[in-house]
Amino acid sequence: MLEINAKGIYYRDLNAMIREAVAKGEKEIVVKGVNGQYYIGDGLVGNSTITIEGVPGNDLAAFMDGPTIRIKGNGQDNICNTMNGGKVIIEGNAGDVLGYGMRGGKLFIRGSVGYRVAIHMKGTKKQSPTIVVGGTAGDFFGEYMAGGVLILLGLDAEDGASLAGDYLGTGMHGGLIYVRGEVDPNLCGAEVGIGEMDDEDRATLKETLTEYCKDMSLSFDDVMKKDFKKLYPASLRPYGNLYAY
Amino acid sequence: MFRSLAPPEYLAKIDTIKCIRCKRCIQNCGWGVYSWGGDKVLINTSKCVKCLRCFHYCPEEAIEIVDSPTRFKSNAYWGWNVIRNIKRQAETGGIPLTGMGSDLPYTILFDNLLIDACQVTNPSIDPLREPMELRTYLGKKPSKASFETGLDGKLRLKEKLPPQIKLKLPIIFSPMSYGSISLNAQKVLAMAAKECGIVMNTGEGGLHEDLFPYKSNVIVQVASGRFGVNPDYLNAGVAVEIKIGQGAKPGIGGHLPGEKIPLEVARTRMIPVGTDAISPAPQHDIYSIEDLRQLIYAIKEATNYKPVSVKIAAVHNVAAIASGIVRAGADIVYLDGFRGGTGAAPSVIRDHLGIPIEHAIAAVDDRLRQEGIRNEASIIAAGGIRSSADAAKAIALGADAVGIATAALITMGCTTCGKCYTGNCSWGITTQRPELTARLDPEVYAERLINLVHAWEHELKEILGALGINAIESLRGNRERLRGVGLDSQTLDILGVKPAGR
Ligand code: SF4
Ligand code: SF4
Repeated sequence: MLEINAKGIYYRDLNAMIREAVAKGEKEIVVKGVNGQYYIGDGLVGNSTITIEGVPGNDLAAFMDGPTIRIKGNGQDNICNTMNGGKVIIEGNAGDVLGYGMRGGKLFIRGSVGYRVAIHMKGTKKQSPTIVVGGTAGDFFGEYMAGGVLILLGLDAEDGASLAGDYLGTGMHGGLIYVRGEVDPNLCGAEVGIGEMDDEDRATLKETLTEYCKDMSLSFDDVMKKDFKKLYPASLRPYGNLYAY
Repeated sequence: MFRSLAPPEYLAKIDTIKCIRCKRCIQNCGWGVYSWGGDKVLINTSKCVKCLRCFHYCPEEAIEIVDSPTRFKSNAYWGWNVIRNIKRQAETGGIPLTGMGSDLPYTILFDNLLIDACQVTNPSIDPLREPMELRTYLGKKPSKASFETGLDGKLRLKEKLPPQIKLKLPIIFSPMSYGSISLNAQKVLAMAAKECGIVMNTGEGGLHEDLFPYKSNVIVQVASGRFGVNPDYLNAGVAVEIKIGQGAKPGIGGHLPGEKIPLEVARTRMIPVGTDAISPAPQHDIYSIEDLRQLIYAIKEATNYKPVSVKIAAVHNVAAIASGIVRAGADIVYLDGFRGGTGAAPSVIRDHLGIPIEHAIAAVDDRLRQEGIRNEASIIAAGGIRSSADAAKAIALGADAVGIATAALITMGCTTCGKCYTGNCSWGITTQRPELTARLDPEVYAERLINLVHAWEHELKEILGALGINAIESLRGNRERLRGVGLDSQTLDILGVKPAGR
């Protein structure tokens, strides 16, 4: 295990240290005293586990492919931007624009998230991203979604409170969104269908949430006590009829 | 069936006396104009787009494609296309799409600018006898240079130079994605770029592995759809470009329709087969210059500080925006004028949004100079560069290099028919239909593109020679060597160019 004290270190130098350690094959890295340094794990390839103590800055795990990062506090904006693979676990809340264009790997957040989260996530049969938000989400959650799985739990939300903001799944043309509780159709764009869970959905949820609950030390049974709704793309070609050829 | 009230644009005619019934026209037309009627070729002229493929491949010269003589009554205000578009919209309720750059008769500033030449008082130079330097480096330049003597006794730069892209001449191939054009068309660009010592740009469709051998002549692009972007991709080329906008469709995104996404395109873009590839209008992680800075540096961190280019459409406030882009840390500002081409854009957007590239170059170059940051980034100007003369004028106005795309496609057979968005290009360029793309032999057409670049290279040298200068660097931003004809004083003022005769 390697311990790095990030106090007062410029982000470029800190990231160079982490990169070097991963390149050398260090499997366990603990970074202490992190205070807003940007781009931690940016473009990082490998299978190391990095634990962050403190609050890391924006663009954590952007373009990342492989490593696991656990943040022992809150995260900021742009986490997992265009991420290709790996896993990010955030024990607190996180900010805006998480998982933009994310193509693979997992992002687990215990708390709530801000605006524009999971925009244009995409996946194929081989590679598909997953985001689980334990709390609530702001506007534009899952906008332009093209693939992958997005789960919104609202664990600490009051009964009947809306878990997501406006424009939920607007422009969605792939992937699935699962919401623990009711979904007001007025929040969604016309491209979104709202449906009931089937066996395949339940299997996806079970697999993902078992892992999530383990990572967050939560009881899976408690989380599953409430019913989920499924949001799916009404069409794979939402704008197919827009043009005159 | 209801027959469209939008009349055919062209009339395809076969001289039945010359025709030997070889059926080549039937095979060659990507739009299905011709079919076999048992004893003669049948023609559905309403499908013809005048791409002239059939004309070129008819062994008997029996085919003639003419603009349809049956037009609406001529009207200087209600033009043919205006009425036709209304009829199409009335029938479909859709947005008429178009391909290529705008063909509307706005003033072409390049054609109103003339280049100086030497006479008597300052000798011109013969480029056939004397060396002419066209080599161009794209990237940040230091604001001052200091030197030291190395151990070998040679002078060298004291500070480390920021990363540069080396070009043999100030021309690059503008971004065209795999998906919008065929893989064979991209191969033509890659082969020619390598041979000519310049670069091509992947566009936003990812990098197919067939292009890996050309990596050192490739710029990879990151756009709002983030198609095919992963750490390998970012590190594959010589630089990374963030695409904010495109001259032909400023401010709007792109939809590559599902039917144009066969397996290979899907694999390269890393998306499922058959779904639309939607590029949102903005990049939703960039709502400000500060956000742009974040993405620029996220890319730099991921690539160990490769140069980053930011491509924008030339719009009204282009100078202020470009200044922000440079301050955000971009190494290259790529300006795309409103004449720039496209694989598909709504015609209302293409024809009515943006500003000419000539104005944009002058305005951006001025602004960056005034702010003392011109050295911080190179300017690439694109969007309607038709000839080496346009390139020379763009450079004299202040560009470091120009981007060409339509001109490159024309070397592959394109006739600028403008129907790229249909995916039926008979020349195998803007299509993914295997029977069409197979006809574009990369080696054959790379040769033609290389010829074009070499011809322009010679022409640029001739222009420099006539100007009495021996390096393209001396022409850069040298507006004193340009004069305007027939331009009003305000336009001249914006361009920073004197009227001819002064
Ligand atoms: S090949 Fe081109 S020009 Fe010839 S008929 Fe078909 S569309 Fe018209
Ligand atoms: S690329 Fe093909 S479809 Fe597009 S303008 Fe050229 S010839 Fe026409």
